[in-house]
Amino acid sequence: MINASLKQISAHLAAKKISSVELTQLYLDRIAAFNSRLNAYITVNPEMSLAQAREADFRIAAGKAEALTGIPIAQKDIFCAKGWRTTCGSKMLENFISPYDAHVIGQFNNAGAVNLGKTNMDEFAMGSSNETSYFGAVKNPWDRNAVPGGSSGGSACAVATRLCAAATGTDTGGSIRQPAALCGISGLKPTYGVCSRYGMIAFASSLDQAGPMAHSAEDLALLLNVMAGFDERDSTSLQREKEDYARDLTKPLNGLRIGLPKEFFAEGLSNDVAQAVEAAIAEYKKLGASVVEISLPNSRLSVPVYYVLAPAEASSNLSRFDGVRYGHRAPDYTDLADMYEKSRAQGFGAEVKRRIMIGTYVLSHGYYDAYYLQAQKIRRLIAQDFTEAFRQCDIIMGPTSPSTAFKLGEKGDDPVQMYLSDIYTIAVNLAGLPGMSIPCGFGAANNGNPGMPVGLQIIGNYFDEARMLNAAHQYQLATDWHNRVPQGL
Amino acid sequence: MTWEIVIGLEVHTQLSTNTKIFSGASTAFGAEPNTQADAVSIALPGVLPVLNKGAVERAIKFGLATGAHIAPRSVFARKNYFYPDLPKGYQISQFDLPVVGNGQLIILVPASGTRQAYEKAVRITRAHLEEDAGKSMHGDFHGMTGIDLNRAGTPLLEIVSEPDMRSAAEAVAYAKALHTLVRWIGICDGNMQEGSFRCDANVSVRRPGEPLGTRREIKNLNSFRFLEQAINYEAQWQIGTLENGGAIHQATVLFDPDKGETRMMRSKEDAHDYRYFPDPDLLPLDISDEWKEQVRTTLPELPQAKQARYVSELGLSIYDAGVLTASCEMADFFETTLAALSPNPSPASGRGEQSAKICANWLIGEVSAQLNRDNLDMAQCPITPQQLGGMIRRIADGTISNSGAKEVFRAMWTEGGDADAIIEAKGLKQVSDSGAIEALVDEIIAANADKVAEYRSGKDKLFGFFVGLAMKASKGKANPAQLNEVLKRKLSG
Amino acid sequence: MFLANADVRKVARLARLAMSEAEIETARAQLSGIFALIAEMQAVDTRGIAPMSHAQDVSQRLREDAVTETNQRELFQSLAPQYKGSPQVEAGLYLVPQVIE
Repeated sequence: MINASLKQISAHLAAKKISSVELTQLYLDRIAAFNSRLNAYITVNPEMSLAQAREADFRIAAGKAEALTGIPIAQKDIFCAKGWRTTCGSKMLENFISPYDAHVIGQFNNAGAVNLGKTNMDEFAMGSSNETSYFGAVKNPWDRNAVPGGSSGGSACAVATRLCAAATGTDTGGSIRQPAALCGISGLKPTYGVCSRYGMIAFASSLDQAGPMAHSAEDLALLLNVMAGFDERDSTSLQREKEDYARDLTKPLNGLRIGLPKEFFAEGLSNDVAQAVEAAIAEYKKLGASVVEISLPNSRLSVPVYYVLAPAEASSNLSRFDGVRYGHRAPDYTDLADMYEKSRAQGFGAEVKRRIMIGTYVLSHGYYDAYYLQAQKIRRLIAQDFTEAFRQCDIIMGPTSPSTAFKLGEKGDDPVQMYLSDIYTIAVNLAGLPGMSIPCGFGAANNGNPGMPVGLQIIGNYFDEARMLNAAHQYQLATDWHNRVPQGL
Repeated sequence: MTWEIVIGLEVHTQLSTNTKIFSGASTAFGAEPNTQADAVSIALPGVLPVLNKGAVERAIKFGLATGAHIAPRSVFARKNYFYPDLPKGYQISQFDLPVVGNGQLIILVPASGTRQAYEKAVRITRAHLEEDAGKSMHGDFHGMTGIDLNRAGTPLLEIVSEPDMRSAAEAVAYAKALHTLVRWIGICDGNMQEGSFRCDANVSVRRPGEPLGTRREIKNLNSFRFLEQAINYEAQWQIGTLENGGAIHQATVLFDPDKGETRMMRSKEDAHDYRYFPDPDLLPLDISDEWKEQVRTTLPELPQAKQARYVSELGLSIYDAGVLTASCEMADFFETTLAALSPNPSPASGRGEQSAKICANWLIGEVSAQLNRDNLDMAQCPITPQQLGGMIRRIADGTISNSGAKEVFRAMWTEGGDADAIIEAKGLKQVSDSGAIEALVDEIIAANADKVAEYRSGKDKLFGFFVGLAMKASKGKANPAQLNEVLKRKLSG
Repeated sequence: MFLANADVRKVARLARLAMSEAEIETARAQLSGIFALIAEMQAVDTRGIAPMSHAQDVSQRLREDAVTETNQRELFQSLAPQYKGSPQVEAGLYLVPQVIE
C-alpha cells in the first residue's frame, strides 16, 4: 500500500480494502517508528489526523469521495493549519497554534484529504540543506549523513521514505525541486499565482509558490488539481479557468521540442549529475522528442539577483515577528527597543538573521538603486531570456542541482557555497515560470558512500504545467527511477 | 527686516469606508479594543492584503474635486519601521507613484474681524492612499503601554500641499477648506475629535525673496485652533532662534496644547531610513478613464462652483457666498430655505436676489449666532429650512416687521412651530392697512399741533418723535415703511 | 564592496536584531562574501530596462467594501506571548514596554 500511487490508494479506499483511518494509522505508525532517525516531521497530531480520517470514511461511505478523499498528506510546516502548531521551522513560532487555515490547507480539507502532520523545513524556508531548521536537520533517506536539500526537505524525505502518501512544499528559489532531486522524488513548482499564498508564511512574496511533492508525475497532477485555484484573499492569485492537470498525461511525446540551456551544462556541474541528465535526454529522444540547444545568457546572474530581491522582501516580511501579538518574546528586557532586539535575536536563527541583514542593507537609504532596482531590472532580462528560449522549444530540461546531496555540515560555514547550490532553479522563480524535478538516476558511489539520486529539471512556459506533467509521466512510464526506495525503512 | 513664514500641510483623512483598506474588518469608531482587529489587522503570519474598492473610489473623487491628475497606474509601497501600533513592521503606503497628483484648492482667507476675505490658490502636490496605524494607550497597565489595533488598517488619504501658505490664518483657511471639501464629497466624516482629519504642518521661515528655510514638522494637530497656535508658536520660535544667531535643524515636533509650545519627538531616531520598496503582495492599481468618468457622475456641485454661482446668480458678496459654502449642511440649508421661499426661483430677477440676501443675512447672522450660543452644529439646528423660509416670506410680504421677525425666530428656536402660527398666536401681524395708518396719523397730528408747527418750521429731527408716537399707538404693529411714507406726506402738510 | 563593523551595527539596529561584537564581526565577514557575489550584478548595463516587480503583468484586483470579518479577539489573544509567566494582554489590549513619543 505504501508504494501505491494516489490513484491506486483511492481505488482501495473506494473498494473498502482499507479505510482512511487504517491508512492514516499505518502512516502514523511508520512515522512513530522512523521519524526519530529522519527528523522529517516537526509535528504530528494523531488525534486530529484520525478525526479527519473518520470524516473521510463517512464521506467515502456516502459515495461523495473525490480523488484525494481519505488520503494522508504531509504538510510543510509553512502552511497555517487551524488548530495545528505551525512553526515555519523557527523558534520564533515554536508555540504558535494557527488560528486559521491557509488556502492550500482549506483546499485539501475540502477535498477530504487527511492532514498527516507538519514537515520539517529550513527556518522560514531560508536554506538549501534543511540545516537551518530550529528543530534540527532532516536526514537524507539515502544516506543519513547527507542533507535532504531544502527548504522543503522534510516533505521530500517523508515522501521518499513513505512516511506519507504525498506532501506539499513551497519553492522560492528551488525549495521544492532541489530537495525532490536530492531525495529522489518528484516535485512541481507551478507558475507564480496558480496556488494561493494565503496562509503560507511569506519568505519572498514575489517568488514564493506552493506545489506538490510525490512519487510520480501522475500523483503530482492529482495533487495540483486540488492545490491550484483562484483565491480572492491573495491579490497575486490568478483568475483562470479551473483546469485538469492530468488531462494530457497519456499524450505521446512525438514532436516535443526540448531546449537544453548550454549554461546549465557548463562548468560547475558534476560529472555524475551530467551523465544521468544526459541519459534522461537520450530516453526522451527515444520517446519521440527532439532536442535543441538554447541559451539563457543572463541566468548566471540569477543567484546575485535572487540574493538581493529575496532577502529584501524577507527583511520586511519578517518584521511582523516582534514578540508583541504572538511568537517568541525575550524572557527579559529593559525597554521596548530591547524587547524587539532580544526577541528577534533569540527567535531567529543565524541564516534568517543573515538574510534580514542583507535585505535591510540593500533597501537602505543610498543603496536602493544600486542593489534593489538593478536586481529588478536584471530580473526582467532573465525573464526575457526564457521568452526568447520558448520561441525555439516547448519545454526546457537540465539538471535540478549541480551535484547530488552533499554531507550534513559540509557547507555550513560558507553561505556563498550554499547559495550556489540553487544556481539552476532560481531563474525559474525570478521569471515566475513553472518548474519541476523528477528522479532520473543516481550519482557515482565513492569511498563507501552510496550513489545519491539525481533530479531532472523540467521548465515549462507560463501555465504549461499539464504539458510538463505529460513529459514527466511519459518518462516515468518508460523508466523506474521514481519507484526506487531507500533501504532500511 | 521682516520674516516670511512658509507653511505646507500634510493632512491625513480617514476615508469613510465600511471596512479597512486591505481587509473586510469594520472601521466603525468606538468598538471595544481589538474587536475589529482581524487576522490582517494584527498581521498574523501568512495573511495578505486585498485593496478596498471603496477607498480607491474616494481617492478618485478627491482627485476629481481638486482638478488633479489621477494616475492611470499607481503603486503601493512598504514603509518599514518598528512601532508597536504598526503590526506588520511596515505601513503600506504609496511612495513614488501616488494615486492623485497636481491638484489645487482655492481658499478664502478671512480678514479678521470683518466680513471680508481674499482668495488664494493652494497647490496640492499629491494625495496617496495608505493604512492607518493602531493606537497606543498610556493608561494604568503597570507601567506598560496597551495597544489597540482596531484603527490599524483604516484607509487614509494623505493630502500633501505645496508650501504655499504664508500665515497661520492661511493654513487654517486651507485646512478648513479641505475639511469642508472631504465632507462635501462624502469621502471622510471630518470628525476631528475621533481623529478622522489630522494635520501635520511643515513650518519654515525666511527673509522674503530668499530660498526656503529649513523646516520642522509639527505632528498630529487635531483642531484648527491648535493648528493656528502651533504654527504661530513655531514660527516665532524659529524667528527668535535665527535672530539670536541660532540655526534651525530639520526635526519632527509635537504641539503641547496645555503649554502652547512645540517640543521634539523622542521616538523618531531612525525615521529617516524607511526602506521603501514596492509591496510585492499588491499589484499595480490601474484606474481606467471609464471608472474615472463614472465616479465623476457621483460628484455633487463643489463648494467652489457653488460659491461662484451664489455671487453671479444670487448677487451675494464673496464673503457671504464663502460662509454659506463653508459646509455642505450650511449650503443645503441655504438652498432649501430659498426654495421654500419661492417655489419657482428666477435667479436673474431682482426679487430673487433680495430673498437670497435676506436668507444669507439670517443664516450668517441670527442662525449661526444662535447655533454658536447653544453649541450646536448645522445638522442639529432646531429650525428647519421650511420654517425659516416661512418666516422670511412674511418679512418680505410685510406681514411682520424685522423686530417682529426676531420674536418669531426666538419662538421657533425654543418652542418650534411655523412662523404663521406664531405670528397669529403672538399677534405680531403688522398693520399695513393704509386707511388705518392714515387715521392713526391724523389723530396724532391733531393732538400735537404745536410739534407739527415746529416740524413744519424746519425742525426735521422731530420726525422720529412722530414715528415713536405712531408705533406706540399701533402697539408696534404698523408697517414701518408705510408709516414713514404716510407721516412724511401728512406732516409736510 | 567594503563593509565595516559600523555598517553592520547600523543595519542590525535598523532590523532590530541584538548582536554582540563577536556576532557583528562574523556577520561582517559573511556579508562581505555575499556582497562580493552580488557585486557581479552591478556591472550589467540595464539602461532602458524597466524593473520587474511581479512575475505577471496583472493589475490589482479590488475588494467590495463590505464587512466580512467577525470579532475573534479571544482566539487571537490566546496567542499572545508571555512575560514572567503572564500573557501580555489586559483589558483587550496588547501590552508592550512603555512607548515614549
